Amino acid sequence: MNVTINGQPAEFSDGLSLLDVVVQHGAQAPFALAVNGQFIPKSQHAETQIKTQDSIEILSPVQGG
Amino acid sequence: MQDTNKLEIYGKSFDSRLLIGSALYPSPKIMQDSIRASASEIVTVSLRRQSPEEGGGTQFWQQIKDLGLTILPNTAGCHSIQEAVTLAQMSREIFDTNWIKLELVGDEYNLQPDPIDLVKATEILLNDGFEVLPYCTDDLVICRHLVELGCKVLMPWGAPIGTGKGLLNPYALSAIRHRFPQITLIVDAGIGLPSHAVQAFEMGYDGILLNSAIAQAQSPVTMAASFKAACQAGRLAYEAGRMPEKNTAQPSTPTLGMPFWHQTG
Repeated sequence: MNVTINGQPAEFSDGLSLLDVVVQHGAQAPFALAVNGQFIPKSQHAETQIKTQDSIEILSPVQGG
Repeated sequence: MQDTNKLEIYGKSFDSRLLIGSALYPSPKIMQDSIRASASEIVTVSLRRQSPEEGGGTQFWQQIKDLGLTILPNTAGCHSIQEAVTLAQMSREIFDTNWIKLELVGDEYNLQPDPIDLVKATEILLNDGFEVLPYCTDDLVICRHLVELGCKVLMPWGAPIGTGKGLLNPYALSAIRHRFPQITLIVDAGIGLPSHAVQAFEMGYDGILLNSAIAQAQSPVTMAASFKAACQAGRLAYEAGRMPEKNTAQPSTPTLGMPFWHQTG
């Protein structure tokens, strides 16, 4: 399936969960996740199924004012 | 002499009345040294897309954690209610706090907060259990709506973000102070000099939040120490109560017993 991760196209096997995708992508903790603009809490990462065309955001702490 | 009161934010008390940002410093070490020199107890951070080349943000986050301060995440850069709400929810999970410095850009020219969507987003977040610190304009009515929704803290701007112009509308800021005596008021954005901070405290504001004024100073660490002193000076001046202002001169030295009084040659 074709998805976007942080705005970049990426390809994964079908039937993966959100947790599978971010692990295969190599995301490093700490991070928080959103799919198609909706926050997905950590407790739901493993049960959230990703489908083609989904847009995944992996966000981490940065400097802020 | 110490400030006898503390800064109160949603039930938490702080000795320092300066909230400081973590961006724009020349180096991570100068950031840490500046924050320490400011004596601030609250530091603002944000979330952005993870960049594997930069270690996924791990290094920065460790530097912030090493400071041992209270974290205030922001929603800087959000242009819609949905963006701000989603970013706030992600921040709550990653930073483990219900606090959110709610920023919702209404116009790119001056990065002015969108007053209408800010109120709508605030209501959503308060209903979702957040403790919202809204970055707002100095509009009294917008502030009233935010207070009526349940905000215990308001953060009106002094001037647009990063301008360093100081308090552009002291009348409006003063009116907000007088209208909401029980609300914690923090001037957020626009402060460029310690004298601006003193002015905010003299008019009764409870705190200031700044970043560029320190981070972009020629010597950030020294400027941080200067702002620490300014916050203390301004707050003490407010507690002391200023002298009555007069339109005509009044001599301070006694006139009784003045020799040569009105003597003419």
